[in-house]
Formats: sequence, structure tokens, C-alpha cells
Amino acid sequence: MAGNDVAQMAHLMRRAGFGTTRTELEAYVQKGYENVVDELVHPERGTPIAEDILQRYFGGEGAYVGLWIYRMLNSKCPLQEKMALFWHHVFATGLGKNQHILASSDQIDTFRRVGMGKMRDILLALSKDPAMLFWLDNNENRKGEPNENYGRELLELFSLGVGNYTEDDIKNCARAFTGWTFAQPIPLYPHGYYSPDFIFVEEEHDAGEKTFLGHTGNFNGDDIIDIIAAQPACAQFIARHLYNFFVADEPQVPSWNVTPPRDAAAVETLANAFTESDGDMSHILRVLFNADFFKAARFAKIKSPTELVTGILKLVGTHHRPEPGMGQYAGATSLMGQQLLNPPTVEGWHTGKEWIDGGLLTTRVNFAVKEVSDAAKPGIQDVIAQLKALGNDAAPEKFVDKCLELAGPMQVNDTTHGYLTQFAAANGPLNFEDEDASEETESRVVSMLQLIVASREYQLG
Amino acid sequence: MTATPKAPVLVVVQLTGGNDFMNTLIPYTSGIYHDSRPVVRIKAEDVLPTNDTLGWNPHATPLMEMFDAGEVAVVQGIGYPDSNRSHFRAMDIWHTCEPEKIGTEGWVGRIVRELDPRGQNVLTGVSFGQGLPRACALAGTPVTSVGDLDNYGLLTSIGDTSQREQALETFKQMYSSTVGNGIVMDYLSQTGMDVLKGADELQKAPATYTSDVEYPKSSIAKSLRDVARVHLADLGTRVFYAQHGGYDNHANEVPAHPRLLKDLTEAIQAFFTDLRAHHTSEEVVMLVFTEFGRRIRDNASGTDHGTGGGAFIIGDKVKGGLYAEYPSLEPSRWVHGEDLEHTIDFRGIYGTLIEQWMGIDPTPIVNGNFEQIYPFSE
Repeated sequence: MAGNDVAQMAHLMRRAGFGTTRTELEAYVQKGYENVVDELVHPERGTPIAEDILQRYFGGEGAYVGLWIYRMLNSKCPLQEKMALFWHHVFATGLGKNQHILASSDQIDTFRRVGMGKMRDILLALSKDPAMLFWLDNNENRKGEPNENYGRELLELFSLGVGNYTEDDIKNCARAFTGWTFAQPIPLYPHGYYSPDFIFVEEEHDAGEKTFLGHTGNFNGDDIIDIIAAQPACAQFIARHLYNFFVADEPQVPSWNVTPPRDAAAVETLANAFTESDGDMSHILRVLFNADFFKAARFAKIKSPTELVTGILKLVGTHHRPEPGMGQYAGATSLMGQQLLNPPTVEGWHTGKEWIDGGLLTTRVNFAVKEVSDAAKPGIQDVIAQLKALGNDAAPEKFVDKCLELAGPMQVNDTTHGYLTQFAAANGPLNFEDEDASEETESRVVSMLQLIVASREYQLG
Repeated sequence: MTATPKAPVLVVVQLTGGNDFMNTLIPYTSGIYHDSRPVVRIKAEDVLPTNDTLGWNPHATPLMEMFDAGEVAVVQGIGYPDSNRSHFRAMDIWHTCEPEKIGTEGWVGRIVRELDPRGQNVLTGVSFGQGLPRACALAGTPVTSVGDLDNYGLLTSIGDTSQREQALETFKQMYSSTVGNGIVMDYLSQTGMDVLKGADELQKAPATYTSDVEYPKSSIAKSLRDVARVHLADLGTRVFYAQHGGYDNHANEVPAHPRLLKDLTEAIQAFFTDLRAHHTSEEVVMLVFTEFGRRIRDNASGTDHGTGGGAFIIGDKVKGGLYAEYPSLEPSRWVHGEDLEHTIDFRGIYGTLIEQWMGIDPTPIVNGNFEQIYPFSE
């Protein structure tokens, strides 16, 4: 199997999914790159995860994030989960405010359902989503006493970006969404949980005339979304978000109206794909993953905590059957600065370099090191088996190279490679001669993998 | 414990989301206040009056007690011209002192650079909580970010000491390579090396701390206790940063805001009690700030983003009292017909602390000269 094909496929699956086990990776390579892209952008053609079995293992609302991580690891349509995560980044809604896990998890289910469709449908689903309506107070947005919060963020953070609308547009946008609310007040406790439903309350809706982005009429929220989705600024804004999430790190959203994209041509390509397809995500993603700028962007991003955690779990090959205990990984991403379902603000998580500071790097490294510490895990056993196949007395360089290949394939610079080789050489050649020696060797493989996942390079995906 | 005067220490507490200053120090005798806020107003009889026009929210009693003891300078009407109502932009402005363009250098980062230009002590600035706020971000100047003080360090899961040391040695070698692999790799190198340095030092803090002071159970109390533990370990930290979130009370302000004020002010009181018990309270001044106040009128459930916030400067060296002017509630003075007018620029308040407390020239840190107040004794 050609090394470059493997590396290219691993890149695609890190970005469009959450990494692969070695076996999965090789199966994808067999299918061919463009076929895999095709499969990824059409989740409706794939086999969905068996929901009934999941319910058995992930009962209780508190387990939702663990269940989501399980889906990321095991979905046959990983891009669908990745897009749900993408929209969660962009339409950041915090659990801290509603304290209602069902409303928040319903929102993620909605992103999974509509997230690869058309922008207009996505924004409409968002505007009817109870968790969002509560998060940005649209349930308080009534005729005569408008609450501008949703109207403002819809334009500033969810679709157009600062500089593409006026304060009056915000006011009129807010008026158009008056009466868009949900049927049950959240939080609901102490009487238990059930999902709130979107309702439109006619008597709270301001049906008067509104002028919005140059259009005038008695607009309701649907009309506003039609106008937004047709704006060139919307195509640009979403293109840049997709670039930042899937291709290479961009600066944070608030500076977008003053800092140009790092690859303006790439963003333009994506924006054109948006325009020509009427904002169809599946089409734009196909263009993205097949583009040269994407293929050339290996390791051009800092992994988000979710990517780091799922990537490690794929490497060690655990959790491919439903089992309790997934919640610990929800805790792990939180400690790395990404509490799923609870982004810090409506702006979402700051990405790229901002995933890293002293405390966060420490947490990332310590988590990864701990996960690879158990030689009994299937992924580690695979690495050991492949090293054994190299035979006794394999040179330290071969030991290092094989581990790097199986942990990625990863690219490290010569200096890092040098120190890893030094570390490999310090205890002599690998030896599988007898049981004692094998045990000692397994522990050395674990130590090598610990250092690899602790490296700077491993922070990049 | 301390015989010689110590270098001054600044603790910054950020209230994230926009604290409602009008419901913290309340213009309880103003008819306009009560008329504008039929839902979220605090009734005059519930307010704890401090003078004929202003009184404390009853859930901020600890702060009132400290104010009455002369330890709290209230900066009324703090803000800046053309206040921005976006949280992120507003917080960015407070973090970088750049209202007109996007700034990348944080004001706390700049103080740290001034205090320790060669970055010799990675603990000169320490921030508690998840992630480093932009206020502390400054390329080339490490500010240590601590999520969990009690388990701070690298490769802590490797139980065997000699194995861990061997691994740490290789980790150090891999991260110290400075071949010029681009900004991101260099940043990762620098961060990794700073962690190695800081971790060795920070381990001392939980190990040496003892106290009889009980902190309440809240996130802000945990952070302030961590500040106390590191300060008392004498590691050379000059600026601490802590955050308390949840102040964006567009809706349901009535149940939410009092709880926040209670958690915050109880934590602050416990913190200073702790420092006093260790005879170090005169070394520390705290600034409590938020990115903006809320609108004058409520929206029948909460309050929307507004201007004219309030800040607090707290400590034993502080000359307590009310500073600057409480923004006028007269409708003719409302900005955009709905907002309080700010009466003093936040950059002047940073300047006050930087110059009069830390003894540093504030001009390059806050990007200019702004009116200061004089809230320190002696």
C-alpha cells in the first residue's frame, strides 16, 4: 500500500471524521480517495448506528456527551458527526444556561439531521430550536418589547459577520422573530425532563412592515432567513468557517472583518461552491475535500480537544462496542477547554493556537500519555505485533519509524526523530525472544508511544 | 510572616457576561430606576442603603461589610466612549485597551512583560480557570494558566519515577528544539518548556498551604483560594487572574443575579480573611471588573447589553469610598435613548492600579493617558 495514499487518507479521515484504526484506514485506502469523499458527503446512503442498542447502554440524560463521543468513534458516517460538531462550534449554545440536557442534546440531533443540507434549512431549523431560542432569549422576544439577542447573533455570529448589516437591520431582524418560542418553559425541574417544542405565538408576533438588508415587507423569520442565505456575505462567512474547521487555522471570528483569510482563493472556491449549489453543504464539502488546498494542508491545524480525544481512542482501538464509561471522555475534553454542549460564550470556542496554553497543553499531554499506557489495548497490541514482525534486533530507527507510522502516519522533524531514536536506543534492540523479554519490550513500546503522543507534532491534526 | 515590605500584587477578577451594576449598587431612591425596571428592580425596602441615593443589593452583603470597613473603592460609571455591546468585542476591548481596532496584546500580559522582561519567572503572571484570557495573552511573555492546581505537571500518569524522569528528559529535548519550524511549533515549544519550569515551582503551593479559613463552595471561591495558595507560597507571582461567569442575564435575572453576587462577594471576603490571617493582606489589591453594564430598562425578564458598568478596587491599602460619578439616570442624559453614560474611562482605572499600585508607567500598557482616581491610602 503506497505510503502517500495512506497518509492522504489518514489526513482526510482526521478532518472529515475523527481518525481511524489501522484496519479502517487500510480499508478506506482500498476504496480510493474520491470514492471515500463521495461516501462521506452522502451519509443518507450509509448504515446508521443502531439506535435501540445505544439506548440500552446510554440511558439517562447525563450520558449524552459520552454517547456523542461514542457516535464519533463508531459512526459509519463520521462526516455527519463532524458536521454536527462544526455547527455546534458555529451556533454555540451553552448548557450552563438552560441546565436542560434534553433541549441541548436535541439541538445536536438536529444538527446531525440537517447539518449537511442547505444553509436556509439549517438556519430555519436553528431558529426553531428550543435550546437556541432559550439561549439567546428569543422566548422573551415579543411584539412591542423586542429582545434583540437572537437577532443580533444570527447576523453577527451565525451567518454574515460584523460589517454586513446595520443596527437597524438587527432591530428589524429581531422584530421578525417575535413570537418564535417554545411550548415548555425550561428549566423544568423538579418535574423531570422532556423535550420542549417550537411554537409560533401569533399574538406575540410583530407583523408590521420591516426593512431588512434593503428589502421591505411584513417579514416573518422565514423571510429573513431567505434574505440572509442569499447574501454573498453569508457564502463568504460560512466558507471561512469551513476553511477554519476543516482546512487550516484562521484567526478568531471577531477579527474577520479586518483580517483577510490566509488563503483567499480557497475561501473564494468554497464561497462559489456555496453560491452555485444554493448553500448545499454536501456539495461544498465535496469540493473542499477534493481540493488541492485541502490535500496540501496536512497537520496545518491544532487538534481541538474533541479531535485529540477521539484520535487517541481510535489509536488505542477501544470503545467500538457500546459500554458504560464514555462519560469520562466528555470530562477529558472539558478539562482541555472544550466542554461539549457547553461552549463558553455564543461566540463558541476559540480555535487554533488558542487551544494551547500551559495548563491546556499539560492536560492534553497527560491524557494522551495515560491512554496509551496500557499495552493490553487492541491498538497497542497491533503496534506490538507489527514490531514483532520486524524481527528481533530491529534498529532503533525502524522501531521509531514503525511507531510513528502506526500512530498517524505522523510527520516529525529531524530533531524530534533524533531524540526519539536516542530514547529507543538507550535500552538496546527490541527483543521478543521469550516471555520476559517480550513483556519488557511491550513496556518499551508503550514508552515510545507515550513520547510520540506527548510530542509537539501530535498536537497537530 | 513577612518582615520586609513585599512587592505589590494585583488580583484581577473578571465577571464574564456583563454584571448589572445598577442592581449591584442600586440608586434605590430614584423613581426612574423603579419605573424603568418593573421586573428586575430591587425594592427600596430590600436595599441596604449606603447613603441617601445608593444602596447595596442584599445579596452583596459581604461586599457591603468590606465597603463599610473602608476596604472597597467603588468605581462608578466605568466604561469607554461608544461602548460596544457585543460581549466578545467588549471583552476584547477591556482585555487589550484597543476600542478602535483588534488588539492582540493583553494589558495583564504587558504588565508581566514590564515586570519580568526576560521571562525569567513563568509564574510572574498566573491565571486560574480553563484557558488563558486575552488580557493575559502576549506573544513571548508566558503567563501560566492553571486549571487544576492540585495536579499540575507533565506525564503525571507514569508511576515509575525513573521511567517518568527518563520520559521527561526526552520530552524536554523534543520541546526545546528550536529549529524554526514556524510560529505554531515554536509556540508549542515555548509553552511546553514553560510548563516544565512552572510545574516544579507550583507543586510547592498546595504542599505548604495551611489555613483555618473556610471558603464557600463555588467556582470563584475555588479560584480565589488557589490565588491565595500560590501567593502564600511566595513564588514571585505579581499578577493573578480569575474569572467568574454567568452574568449575561438577558432573562430570568431575578433568580440568577443574586446568586452570582452572593457567590462572588462571599468568596472575596473569604479570600481577604485568609490573607489577613497570614498577614499578607497589605500586599494585595484586587480589581473586579466586567465588560459592560446592562440597559436602564428591563425587558420584562432580564436586561440587555448596555453601558455604564461598575468596578471595585479592594484591599487593606485601599481608601474605601465611591469614586467617579454614578451615571445620571435622567432620560435626557441617556446614550442612544437607553443607556447610562459612562463617567470614567476604564483605561484610567487600569492606569491607576498600574501606576499608583504596581509602580509602572501605564501609558504604553493602556495605550495613552487617561484620568486616574486616587484610591490608595498614604
